[in-house]
Amino acid sequence: MRDTTDQTGPMMAADGTPLKTSLNRALRRQKLRALALIAPLLIFILVTFIAPIADMLFRSVENQIVSDTLPRTTTLLADWEGDSGEIPSPEVFKALYTDIFVAQERKLHTRLGSRLNYELTGVSSLFRKSGRRVEDMGEVYQDQFEDLNDFWKDSETWNALMGSDDWLAEQAAWDDKSDARQPAFEPREEIINLLPQTAETFEIFADFVQNEDEDNLAKEDPWALVYSALYDDLIQEPDISGYGGPGSAELLEAMAAVRTFETVDYTAAFQDIDKDWHDIEVWQTIQTYSPDFTSGYFLNAVDMKKSPDGPEMRPENEQIYIKLFIRTLFMSLVITGSCILLGYPVAWLLANLPARTANLLMILVLLPFWTSLLVRTSAWKVMLQQQGVVNDTLVWLGIVADGGRLALINNQTGTIIAMTHILLPFMILPLYSVMKTIPPSYLRAAKSLGATNWTAFWRVYFPQSVPGIGAGSILVFILAIGYYITPELVGGTTGTFISNRIAYHISSSLNWGLAAALGAILLALVLALYWAYDKIVGIDNVKLGG
Amino acid sequence: MKLTKTLLASTALTVASGMAFADGHMASEMTIVSWGGAYSNSQQKAYHDPYMEKTGITIINDESSPEGVAKMRAQAEAGNITWDLVDLEAADAIRVCDEGLAMEIDHDEVLAAAPDGTSASDDFGDMIVSDCFIPQIVFSTTFGYRTDQVPDGVEPPKGACDVFDLETYPGKRGLNKQPIANLEWALLCDGVAYEDVYDVLETEEGQDRAFAKLDTIKDQTIFWSSAAEAIQLLADGEVFMSSTYNGRLFSAIEEQGQPIGMAWDWQMFDLDGWVVPADLPEDRLARVMDYLYFATDTQRLADQAKYISYGPARASSAPLVGQHAELGIDMAPHMPTEPSNAENTFVNNYNWWADYRDDLDSKFQAWLTQ
Repeated sequence: MRDTTDQTGPMMAADGTPLKTSLNRALRRQKLRALALIAPLLIFILVTFIAPIADMLFRSVENQIVSDTLPRTTTLLADWEGDSGEIPSPEVFKALYTDIFVAQERKLHTRLGSRLNYELTGVSSLFRKSGRRVEDMGEVYQDQFEDLNDFWKDSETWNALMGSDDWLAEQAAWDDKSDARQPAFEPREEIINLLPQTAETFEIFADFVQNEDEDNLAKEDPWALVYSALYDDLIQEPDISGYGGPGSAELLEAMAAVRTFETVDYTAAFQDIDKDWHDIEVWQTIQTYSPDFTSGYFLNAVDMKKSPDGPEMRPENEQIYIKLFIRTLFMSLVITGSCILLGYPVAWLLANLPARTANLLMILVLLPFWTSLLVRTSAWKVMLQQQGVVNDTLVWLGIVADGGRLALINNQTGTIIAMTHILLPFMILPLYSVMKTIPPSYLRAAKSLGATNWTAFWRVYFPQSVPGIGAGSILVFILAIGYYITPELVGGTTGTFISNRIAYHISSSLNWGLAAALGAILLALVLALYWAYDKIVGIDNVKLGG
Repeated sequence: MKLTKTLLASTALTVASGMAFADGHMASEMTIVSWGGAYSNSQQKAYHDPYMEKTGITIINDESSPEGVAKMRAQAEAGNITWDLVDLEAADAIRVCDEGLAMEIDHDEVLAAAPDGTSASDDFGDMIVSDCFIPQIVFSTTFGYRTDQVPDGVEPPKGACDVFDLETYPGKRGLNKQPIANLEWALLCDGVAYEDVYDVLETEEGQDRAFAKLDTIKDQTIFWSSAAEAIQLLADGEVFMSSTYNGRLFSAIEEQGQPIGMAWDWQMFDLDGWVVPADLPEDRLARVMDYLYFATDTQRLADQAKYISYGPARASSAPLVGQHAELGIDMAPHMPTEPSNAENTFVNNYNWWADYRDDLDSKFQAWLTQ
């Protein structure tokens, strides 16, 4: 028949398209519908959970602040050899002057100072001090130009010189009081060619006045920085004979005069502000942290630091994070273990007692669960402290001497006791719901076949409850590893976790980059442990219920 | 239907009133952030209540100052400034100012002059440690001790150096879980003259020396992280003596009648005051400035001392400090600045700590975990 001969070709659907294509189309539609159904949840999680976390973690490598604040300096500094033992060239100091001048007008220099102070002590005040005094450096030229000719004193003559004719006309027509936008500054073409540095700094100044301060450019006198740039341009003796625009006579006069001007030695002037500017280490730090992205925070998070010769360990007396990571992991494991030990019998009782007693017991398990975390933690303080309930009872019973009261709090013991109690319901509840599904007849069958109580439990009951242990352990361990309030309150010095340092860097030192790096490492550790658990036990073996 | 109508009507009302506020010159509501507890209470009575009475506006209290710096940065980054005025310690005020999160203030322009005409900046004097900072009170970190645990026949402790004397005063000690003040005390009590403390602390050897001194009492010390903890440790008899803020000690001793005594020697002065978040909308800024003019004048600062034993930051307020509003006791002897309490004192060197804080904090924490 014809049909059998056609078997070699693709199978066709009723409408003549290949069956595979039409099946795919049907499936795709189904998938899309499913996706549309979960879309609200997906978008919600993406926007409120994944995106903020990703943004926060991204800060652990972000470092644009250095090159954004000191763009000229960092570019020039790229070629500087720190090993030579010589401070950077005068050009770098001149670039630094320009950068810091602009930064202090924008009030960004202190922010950079705080950033670099994380890496090198003293940079914070170095930048604050320099920001305050950098204006004096420029005033040397400003005063000389202004003494030379009143032309240089006035914002209007400056604008006439620097701005294009179109812009000047627009600015003159613009009404200060109206809601209309101030016409954006446009430089005069001839001036860009003749006085490139002046034009560049004046544009920065104009942009700042118009867009950041939102003032009228026609009424603002230029920064001292513009005068320094003008000096630098004129001392090169550009050919201004062909220029006939506004201020041409004054430019010629100034060019003749600048040779006799008192000059500023930026290298010496910065040393005058603070001798640390002649410290190689300061420059090495700026150079090391010039790139837009840095591994510095991650290195700090594992007790290392970036140095000109590559990563190296921090000195012994500053090493802390690796120790805290290990302590956090170890104590979370101990807490998980003690939760299993304490929770297993309780869950067994819950699952096997008659319903009425079990319900009562269940309420006892849940009651602390509903109590505020802080209340429970503070209650443990009252219980465990040396003048507390436990020690008083022990002394009264004569078990410990009055002088030898036990130290149960403000150390690791305190953290373990309090956190075991707080996390216990997270172990009991999954265990209970798994145990509930184990038919009691299995145990009876095992015993009727001759098993002892222990064998029946260990060979028959326990293996069936393992998925509950797995689920409870993952819950407890992951919660414990990120805990912070309880260790802070009862942990003293030996019972605090890595999360306490993360909290400190977020809320106190404002070193969010380091906090993000520590958090990223913690997240990676948890994921790695989860992966290992999946490999060893199998994630299919985890059950939160029947 | 009825519900919908009510809802619509109330929405319309809210919108209308909201627009009315925006049209007005000043906002009719402001959120002030402070530390909570007895301290916020003293501000409520001395500043907020009279101001609300005078102007009829609503002041919302937010007790977020402990996380103030981080939240100010988060609000600035999100572009959604919900706070109008924040109470911060001087060191934190310097930091938010450095980060560009707080507004710089011309003190003479914004604040009231003293009654005798002294300008605000002269009246506050050295207390203005940052361009963004409006000082409010002087407080001190000092020591309290259990009067019932002083050994027989021994003089009660006088101050910081007795903390290091385990022989005369056995028992546990409480200290703050951060380097500031602790390192200074360690050096001062190890024989370094006050003028040299920060110079010594800049050197590696000096830091080792301070830590070595702290090592002598480390296993007898409980490190606290919030001031309330220190009071709890003292009240429960967990420690013999502990450092904490003098106002907290005052309320434990005088208001709660705990058997605690004050040891003032080498107390560390510190400042607390207001900062205004940067980039507030105009109507809210106008309201904040109006409030600040009122709440930081000479009389108002002196009024606060009726409720808490912190010294007013204005020189002109000091003579006006009177009695406690409820207990009726004289407040002057409980002030950290009272001459008999202030024989040996030092001032938290903010600018020095701004440089050394990151470094010394990591060393201090490493020392703690050893």
